[in-house]
Order: sequence, then structure tokens, then C-alpha cells
Amino acid sequence: MSPAELFAQPFMQRALIAALLTGLAAPAIGTFLVQRRLALMGDGIGHVAVTGVALGLATGASPLWMAVLVAVVGAVLIEVIRERGQTNGDVALALLFYGGLAGGIFISGLSGASGAALNRYLFGSLTTISPQDVLVTMVLAIAVVGLCVGLAPQLFAVAQDQEFARVAGLRVRFYNVLVAVLAAVSVTVAMRTVGLLLVSALMVVPVATSQQLTRSFRTTLAAAMGLGVLASVGGLVVATLASYRATVAPGPTIVLLALGCYVIAWPIGGWLRHRARLREPFAEGQPDLHERTGEHPHDHGPGCGHLAVPHDDHVDYVHDGHRHAAHGAHYDEH
Amino acid sequence: MTTPQPGTAVSMRGGNVSLGGRPVLRGIDVEVGHGAFLALMGANGSGKSTLVRALVGLNALTAGEVRLFGTPLASYDAWERIGFVPQRATATSGVPASVWEVVAAGRLTRRRLLRPLSRTDRAAIDEALEVVGLADRRRDAVSNLSGGQQQRVLIARALAGQPELFFLDEPTAGVDLPNQQVLADTLALLKERGATIVLVAHELGPLAPLVDRAVVLRDGRVAYDGPALRDHEVHQPWFAETHTHHHHHEPHHTAPGTAPVQVDHVPHVASPIDRNGGAR
Repeated sequence: MSPAELFAQPFMQRALIAALLTGLAAPAIGTFLVQRRLALMGDGIGHVAVTGVALGLATGASPLWMAVLVAVVGAVLIEVIRERGQTNGDVALALLFYGGLAGGIFISGLSGASGAALNRYLFGSLTTISPQDVLVTMVLAIAVVGLCVGLAPQLFAVAQDQEFARVAGLRVRFYNVLVAVLAAVSVTVAMRTVGLLLVSALMVVPVATSQQLTRSFRTTLAAAMGLGVLASVGGLVVATLASYRATVAPGPTIVLLALGCYVIAWPIGGWLRHRARLREPFAEGQPDLHERTGEHPHDHGPGCGHLAVPHDDHVDYVHDGHRHAAHGAHYDEH
Repeated sequence: MTTPQPGTAVSMRGGNVSLGGRPVLRGIDVEVGHGAFLALMGANGSGKSTLVRALVGLNALTAGEVRLFGTPLASYDAWERIGFVPQRATATSGVPASVWEVVAAGRLTRRRLLRPLSRTDRAAIDEALEVVGLADRRRDAVSNLSGGQQQRVLIARALAGQPELFFLDEPTAGVDLPNQQVLADTLALLKERGATIVLVAHELGPLAPLVDRAVVLRDGRVAYDGPALRDHEVHQPWFAETHTHHHHHEPHHTAPGTAPVQVDHVPHVASPIDRNGGAR
């Protein structure tokens, strides 16, 4: 079967749709989680959702809906623990995380469900998605993206400064719970794509990548969603093409591709920040002493090779660790 | 916007606040009239930040009541009239945010859900940035600014909502002198426009000429309520009375319509070797 025929198959098209929507939704909510320094919350919800999937498999109910239900309950519980308990918040979260994972494996063992069935949810199984699952994924993903983008000003304000948001009259608790619920929903949206154990990567890694290069929240959000789509659709395509030669799972391919983008962006971001720091204007105020430079071999100006940095109403030229400022026919040390 | 009523902008009557079960503020009576510029002063731990946070509803009262524009805090909802400038957070958030975006958040008190920014909103944000002198840094990440500039961003955020009553929690803490001057100029402009300003300060610095009333807290109680004090006077037990050595503060120190002076009921806290303290 040629690649063109392969991508024309219905199951492949369903997989592409699911990958595209997951790539959009997971980084959208992930940006708000990273902003609130809750990058691992997605991971925690993913672990809790394992119990939901196992319950669904054991009872014959839809694993997707059971996962949504249990993940939402878990996310709200995490949010309540975070808000109430200041002392041992992260320990309480850890208890919930591992309780969820252990509970899921325990229940699936009891019910005698095959390990392969649970594995599809743990590590993703894009190509076995049923038409109903695609429909549910579409609805949920569009809801997540719509709320994240539509309520972005409110969610941004609450995540940036809770106290200011409260005095501005925003219902902070409502928005906190909303973020938790949206995170839970996008975890379950992404579980068929990258799997519950890797879901957090798609929420966090594109955000970490885009913030290497951005200075504002909105561009970070947009770039993270773009990178998420690139990684998830790209990962699926790469995995499919590679499957002619070897067994390549789409989930890990997607995550590795996202990480690859980060590895490329990181040094560029470091170089940009270094450059910005060098060009940062010098603090205002003139030196008290009028100190002339010695004999100066050339005139400073555009293209002289020395970095020009703004200082008050003029520019200083950075010259071998000195700052030279033009003063009449000579240069002063600033 | 309602017509300015003659009464008070914000008041606390018999306010007690406990943090984690520890009584921090006890029996606070403060009233701030429209257009006043009040400085809440006192040593570290005296409860001045707790008081301003209680006035905006961030700290719950265990007794007494707070009224904003005559409405009890619990049923107050006209938050667009309030501008709050919190203490500058030391840590910036996990995702970069531009100066413009942070200031635009101040506009949320007047925006409705799921509506894009109107032209009025954008104009208010631009004006707030102009007032604090950061219009040329609007695209920069807040984390790239100095501490003083970050403080100015937080003030611009409060300004963007065009409130009438400002609460500022330690706006001068850790801010260098040029930035303090910009801050003072900004607040002078607000005062000129008729805004009411309640400001927490350890030291006033360039803000001193603006203040027309000072409330000094000591150990969670109001120790002084009267005309503005200079920085060093705040930490002296006799406040501005060095030359006259009054044994009782006369009522003329109380600004019209303010709570009675409580200085006489405050336990004397000077140490035995405090030379001047013995004079009282």
C-alpha cells in the first residue's frame, strides 16, 4: 500500500483529525497551567484518569466518558486541596496521582480486562479510534479551545495575580475550577493520541518551546498551539511513514518531535535573551567625573563594530569593557 | 458612574482581623473621605498591609464592618470604582507577559465576558501607560523590567480601570529614587483629578508632600490619626509633638469626619532606656 493510499483510509483520516484537535487543545490549556506553575497538573490528572478508563473497561461503560468523569472529579479535588491545604499540598497531590494509577491497574486486573486494552489508553492508539470517539474528541477539543481563547483575558488575569483579580471582582474560584476541568477534559481528549502517561508532554513542551522566543502571553499561547499541531500531526505522519520499516507508535513519536522543537528553540532563546541584555539601556544618570578616553584610533558610529547602547539622551559604545560616549571632538568614559 | 456622594469613600468600624487565628488588627476605626490622600504607616508587622487588604476584602474581618462608598463589603459589586495595587510579587509568572497585557488586565472590571476590547478600552490602556511613562516599553516582557518599572506597570494596571478609589500596598518598597519620583508624579496627577488614595508605606520619600493625612498603626491598633507626618516622626512614640510635649492629643488633630484619635489608649511601648519616652 502506498503512503497516499494509506492516508486515504478512513481510520487514518480519523487519526489525523484527532491529532490535529489534540495538538490545538492540549497546549491551549497547558499555557495557563504553566503560567500558574502547575506544569505537572496534567500529569497528575492523567494518572487519575487511568482509574476512569479501567472503570469503563470493567463495567462496559464508555472508557472515554468514564475517564472524563473521573478526571474532572480528580482535577477539582486537586484544585480544592491546592486552595485549602497550604502546608503539604504537593504531598496530597502525589497521593492522588499514585492512587489514580494504582487504582486503575488494580481495577483492570480484577475485571480481567486485557492489558492490551488498558495499554491503548496509557500510551495512545491513534489508529484504533472509532468514529464515535472522533466525534466526542472533536466536541470536547473545540469546547476547550473555545473557552481557553474566549476567556483568555479573565484566565490570564486570574493566573497572573489572584489577589488583583479578586479585587477586580472576578470570581477567582470559578476560574480556578474551570482551568482544572478544562485540563481534565483535554487530558481525556489527548489520551487516545499520546496516551495518559505522556499527555502532559503535549500540554507543557510546546509552551516551554514557544516561551523561549516570545515576550507576550498571547503570542506564547498562539505559538504553543501551532507547535502542538505541528508535533501531533507531524508525529503521526512520521510514525505512519516509518511503519513500513519498523513498529513505530505515534504517541511517543509526537512527544519526541515536540521535544525536538524545544531542543532547537532553547539555544536560540538563550542567544536572544543574551543579546537583549547587552542592548538594554544603561541606567540614567551621568558619572560625576569627566574622564576622557585616551587616544582613540577610530570614530564610533553605525557599523564601527562596537555595540551602541542607549544611555539617557545619547548612546554609549561598548569598547573592550569600557563605555565610550561622544563629547565634542573626544570620547568620555561613561 | 454614580454621582459622588458627600459621605466617605471607605470606612472600617470596629474592625478586627485575625490571620491564622492570631489577632493582627484590633478595634480599627478609620474613615476616608472623598478626595483624601491617606498614608497608612507603621513599623514592619504593625498590620498596615493587613488593614489595606481587609479594606478591599482580601482579609476577612472577624468583627466589625467595612463599607466601600457606603455599601457593606459583602454586598459591594462596583469594583470598577476600586483600583488595587498589590505588593509587587517577587516572582513573575511561568509564561512571559508583555507590559501591555498586564495593564490590559486592569480593564477587566469594565469589560463584559467574551467581548473584544473596545476603542474606549484601548484608549484607557494607552493613557495609563502614558501616565506612568512606559508607553515605549509596552511590547517588552514584564520580567525584563526593573523592580521600579514593574511597580509602575502595576499602577498602570489599576489606572486602566479608571477607578476613583486607589489602594496601594507598599508602592515604594524596593524602588529606586528616580522611579519613586515617577510614582509620586503619577499619584499627584491622580490626586489632582480628585481620586481618593489610600497608600501603605514604610517610608514616604518623594510621596511626602502629597499626603494630607496619616494613620499610624502600632501592634495592630491605630496609634495616630491626623495630619501628615514626616518619616522619622512615625517611629517616635510622641509623633509630631517633640516641642510641645502635649500629654493628650487635642481633637483638632482629627480631620473632619474621621474617627476619634485613639492614641491615648495605646499601651506605651518604649523601652526603659528610651530617653525621650520617659517624658510622657
